[in-house]
Amino acid sequence: MNSEIAEKTISVIAEFKEIDKSAISVDTKLEDLEMDSLDALNLIFELEEAFDITIPDEQASETKTIGEMVEGIEKLLAMKEEEDGGEE
Amino acid sequence: MNTRRVAVTGIGIVCAMGSDVAGFECNLFEGRPAIAPIESIDVTSMRFKKAAEVKGFEPSELFEKQELAILKRFSQFAVAASREAIRDSGIEWTDDASRERTAIVTATGAGGLTDLDEQYENLYRYNKQRTPPMLVPQSMANAAASFISMETGACGPTYTVSTACSSSNHAIGLAFHSIRNGTVDTAITGGSETPISFTNLKAWEALRVVSNDTCRPFSRDRSGMVLGEGGAILVLEEMEKAKARGAKIYAEIAGFGMTADAHHITMPSVEGPVRAMRNALNDAGTDPSAVGYVNAHGTATAANDAMESKAIREVFGEHADEVAVSSTKSMHGHTLGAAGAIEAVATVLAIHRGVLPPNANFNERDPECNVDVIANEAREKKVDAAVSNSFAFGGLNAVLVFRRT
Repeated sequence: MNSEIAEKTISVIAEFKEIDKSAISVDTKLEDLEMDSLDALNLIFELEEAFDITIPDEQASETKTIGEMVEGIEKLLAMKEEEDGGEE
Repeated sequence: MNTRRVAVTGIGIVCAMGSDVAGFECNLFEGRPAIAPIESIDVTSMRFKKAAEVKGFEPSELFEKQELAILKRFSQFAVAASREAIRDSGIEWTDDASRERTAIVTATGAGGLTDLDEQYENLYRYNKQRTPPMLVPQSMANAAASFISMETGACGPTYTVSTACSSSNHAIGLAFHSIRNGTVDTAITGGSETPISFTNLKAWEALRVVSNDTCRPFSRDRSGMVLGEGGAILVLEEMEKAKARGAKIYAEIAGFGMTADAHHITMPSVEGPVRAMRNALNDAGTDPSAVGYVNAHGTATAANDAMESKAIREVFGEHADEVAVSSTKSMHGHTLGAAGAIEAVATVLAIHRGVLPPNANFNERDPECNVDVIANEAREKKVDAAVSNSFAFGGLNAVLVFRRT
């Protein structure tokens, strides 16, 4: 797992939830963050903005932990890099 | 014959003249206009530069972060006004039956349409890939009505009316009828509008009805309307219930009349407003001779004020000489879908205090406007009944009649 991406993800979530970063780790379950469906939508938006990625609906709904979230973001970033590279 | 009557027991307001009733009332009777150079957006390329903008309204002081995520400015105005009106009325919902017998009827002309400007710019100009996730529920016209129902638990008939500049009078009138006909006992009703966006101001500029001087209703040198933003909410209650709980009663809302000109999309007719005023007076069972004040639609366009003066003459005949007229738009601007609600607050305050608010910025009588304009200074006068007019583009007229209790 890319620690830089993990750290940035945790920062985005901590800021969104207005809690300390130390309260969140890659093992934290999303359900433990006590978010309703609107919170989840807003968090997805914040992550998309922060990483400049587009998170597909299925991927968003399957993610259960912060670790899975980080891995998902890593994959999307890699795909994006490939696409951007292909265009050049 | 209807025996149920309806009382106005609470009022709340946010507009350029004040972010609460106390501030508004003070400026209203002092005759102090709140029209000023536009500050919230760049109007360099605009032919007109003035509006009545709400200043000193701090959403973060009134709403939680989560609430702000779903409330755009037009909804914030309505919700803030509803809180003040409910507090003012002292009403409390203590059981399911009373919650179920409370209606919420709000109004807005454009709703969140003006909030979309920023997002269009992001998508079209800056090639952004996404909008904030709450944009749909934020910008829907009924956002405020839904929020007020969630906040109060009131769960009777709840909806939003949109008929341009008549929106609020239609909303208040329908809420009033719902109480009078027995559908509900209480209503939270009014409207809000935030027309200050670049696209919307450009659209108004293109219509060539906006003044770059100021708003001078019924004055010979009037040069058009001035836009304003704001919102106002009234709490209406069935009269006997209001009395039984010892509520303060500002005035009775006694009649509502609505008509269409069936004539022209922007040019007003005399006939449609005349029928609307007559319908409202008939609905109230009030003889025209009992009316001492008309809070005019009075947009300060050449067409409206001449037409409205003729309509007032026709409805009141010789008694028109005894009917004082003012357009408070001269101070709070034309707030479009919120106009009827803001002017309803002005009208019930006038009845309650026995002082009529002035028509500010008045310079010179216009022979085309042969009515008794309350020029620039408030007039002490106890009136038994007052009429509040709203006439919308599209020829939709809505008139309310209020009575002293």
